[in-house]
Amino acid sequence: MIMNSKKSQKIAFFLLLLATLLIVVPVGLIVVIIIQKGIGAISWQFLTDIPRKGMREGGIFPAIVGTVYLVTGAIIFALPVGLLAAIYLSEYAKDNFVTRMIKLAIVNLAGVPSVVYGLFGLAIFVIFFKFGTSILAGSLTLGIMILPVIITTSREALESVPYSFREASLSLGASKWQTIRHIVLPNAIPGIITGTILGIGRAAGETAPILFTVAAFYLPLLPKGVFDQAMALPYHLYVISTQVPNVDENIRYGTALVLLFLVLFMNLIAIIIRYKFRKQKKW
Amino acid sequence: MTLRKIKEFFIEKLILLCGLASIFFVLLIFIFLLKEGVSVLKSVSLGKFLFGSKWYPISDPPQLGILPLILGSLLVTFGAAVISIPIGVGCAVYIAEVAPAKLKEILKAGIELLAAIPSVVLGFIGMVTLVPWVKNIFHLPTGLTALSGSIMLAFMAMPTIVSIAEDALYSVPKSYKEGALALGATQWQAIWRVMLPAASSGILAAVMLGIGRVIGETMAVMMITGNAAVLPHSILQPVRTLTATIAAEMGEAVVGSEHYFALFAIGIVLFIISFGINVTADIFLHKRK
Amino acid sequence: MVIPHTNANIKIEITNLDIWFDSTQAVKNLNLKIYANEILSIIGPSNSGKTTFLRMLNRLNELDSNFKISGIVKMDRKDITKMDIELLRKQVGMVFALPLPLPLSIFDNIAYGARMHGIKNKQKLAQIVEQALQKAYLWEEVKDRLSTSAFKLSGGQQQRLCIARTLAVEPEVILFDEPCSGLDPISTAKVEEAMLKLKKDYTIVLVTNNVKQAARVGDRTAFFLNGDLVEIDTTDKIFTTPSDQRTNDYISGKFG
Repeated sequence: MIMNSKKSQKIAFFLLLLATLLIVVPVGLIVVIIIQKGIGAISWQFLTDIPRKGMREGGIFPAIVGTVYLVTGAIIFALPVGLLAAIYLSEYAKDNFVTRMIKLAIVNLAGVPSVVYGLFGLAIFVIFFKFGTSILAGSLTLGIMILPVIITTSREALESVPYSFREASLSLGASKWQTIRHIVLPNAIPGIITGTILGIGRAAGETAPILFTVAAFYLPLLPKGVFDQAMALPYHLYVISTQVPNVDENIRYGTALVLLFLVLFMNLIAIIIRYKFRKQKKW
Repeated sequence: MTLRKIKEFFIEKLILLCGLASIFFVLLIFIFLLKEGVSVLKSVSLGKFLFGSKWYPISDPPQLGILPLILGSLLVTFGAAVISIPIGVGCAVYIAEVAPAKLKEILKAGIELLAAIPSVVLGFIGMVTLVPWVKNIFHLPTGLTALSGSIMLAFMAMPTIVSIAEDALYSVPKSYKEGALALGATQWQAIWRVMLPAASSGILAAVMLGIGRVIGETMAVMMITGNAAVLPHSILQPVRTLTATIAAEMGEAVVGSEHYFALFAIGIVLFIISFGINVTADIFLHKRK
Repeated sequence: MVIPHTNANIKIEITNLDIWFDSTQAVKNLNLKIYANEILSIIGPSNSGKTTFLRMLNRLNELDSNFKISGIVKMDRKDITKMDIELLRKQVGMVFALPLPLPLSIFDNIAYGARMHGIKNKQKLAQIVEQALQKAYLWEEVKDRLSTSAFKLSGGQQQRLCIARTLAVEPEVILFDEPCSGLDPISTAKVEEAMLKLKKDYTIVLVTNNVKQAARVGDRTAFFLNGDLVEIDTTDKIFTTPSDQRTNDYISGKFG
């Protein structure tokens, strides 16, 4: 009987390994394929030139710039609001109904489909506030979308600062805010940075929220102000894959590679910072 | 009152305001969706909207039944669930209980990386690899099918399922497993009989959140499920999901037209679905405590 | 020498104090006077309410959830619950059971309290830091490495750092919550020596699980049991002829 159960364990473990491989191997393949087929298109010209001939040639510079603007705008909004919200949850919130509602709201914001964010951005920023399809509308929409990420990671960072530090500070007569500003926050910064970078990665890769709020099909001139439309990498990839026929395969893969690289690079930095921080903790 | 105290008073009020911001935004989203979407009821009754089987929004008069879209979403989601749940939970068990420590970190990083890949990139890859493959294997006129969508979406759901299920397994007290092992169970028996049941509500939550992600997915679906807004008969035909409908048609819809309101109404449906899933999953996640 | 106790030099007066945590009552109907410049030792088994009581004196128990109090605590005849809490904690300092240096340099640890209370002048701060470290008998050992992390000090040094840190804000009362529980005998002796010298300028309340320490250091000793103040008297009397049998049993080690 023992032999039987050992046997079924072997089978079971094999199946589990298989399951894991079924996830991990395709991921590796996807990354490899994109690199392999896209690297040919990557050149300085590709990265700095505007799209030409109906986007069948040329480069993707406006899309890169647009993405940078949008992400910057999103962070300018989401970081302060998200950090303060995290401070509230970590340092001030009591265990009551309101706090439970706030946490539920955060979970919900995290789960709202990205296309619904697009609708929301359209209705409120483009139309109601009359910003029009603009970087402003797009950034704000993306900002609200990444708010849950910022709040959750910042909150974890704040909560990982040992409670005893707060006690020591307060017992010396410091106020709560002084304690937060001088003791808690400085020691939570690496975690906060990690969260911010993850938020950046997320914002850079999203298409649906910017479809109706900012994305321009073809805009060779760079946007000059927050009320201008802009091209963006994820939307550009969508357009040249589905809306424009006969785009060189190289260019498509190249665009995918740039976007993938941007997002994965951000995540990698975040992981490294998190790892280094854990090793280096002073207490 | 010193200057510092006045400053602190305002800072703390600002903190409170930001704390409440999430609630504010959720309500704001719902209100604005409602504001535009509820007008669709001027053109079509709620019943006909939700269960009408014809979606021809640009015909005159427009036919605004979203049943094909709902079924499209359901079909794709169901397919994704069938694929991603066993594989995802299996992977979570492997990482949490079986994998050696070093491998664990690599695997977790790999899963995180998958989660980070933008959906438009996955849609693109699906278009150029998966779709032709499905077309060939099943000898179909086109590979843009619900099945292709399900497979791709399964990939998008699995990181969520794996990481939350893994957390659930991780937080089962070690004493449970140790007790089983001490009684002579093999590791697998301990996992199957003790750990999995103990982590069941967390695993359920993981599955729900994974499914939630699938239902809400837009770009990948739009690029690989074809765009036929008809009642689906099989998984090997093109379908249209709720999300893809909004994304594909909002560009053409005139602001203030019935089509426009209808798309917002679809948004409301999606919002309510994701709200329901998230709240339920949250309850399950906290049930253990 | 015990300073004569009159109503004129009552530093802290506690009247009918009850403290509840959730639904348990941690301190029951406490009436107690603490006199200026004395060292009051508080002894008793765990869960007797002595730490809860101590944390009342600088209102640190307000950090813990679900606590309720009734009764009055006055310092210098002012109700402490009506005082500005930051001012109270400046005047009533606390040294904890485990050394709790802040994640800062030695200098910044000591200067922290003073900085938070608004002192910015560099020379003043340097002066405050040196004086505080002298009073805590730590100056000689650290004067050359004030900018290194406080975590690099030994346990005993860290605890004296915490004492210096408290002294730097110029309190009037210092609360010690089992300050030597993590320390070796030599460090313990140094902390006790510091306490005895500090008595001249400060009022000290010491909660300790170490009955012999209470005897070495305290002018008066109070015995807490299950939230009640069973007995309080001069240390000599408590340790030679206590009035209550329970006091006697605890001191002689029959329980605890």
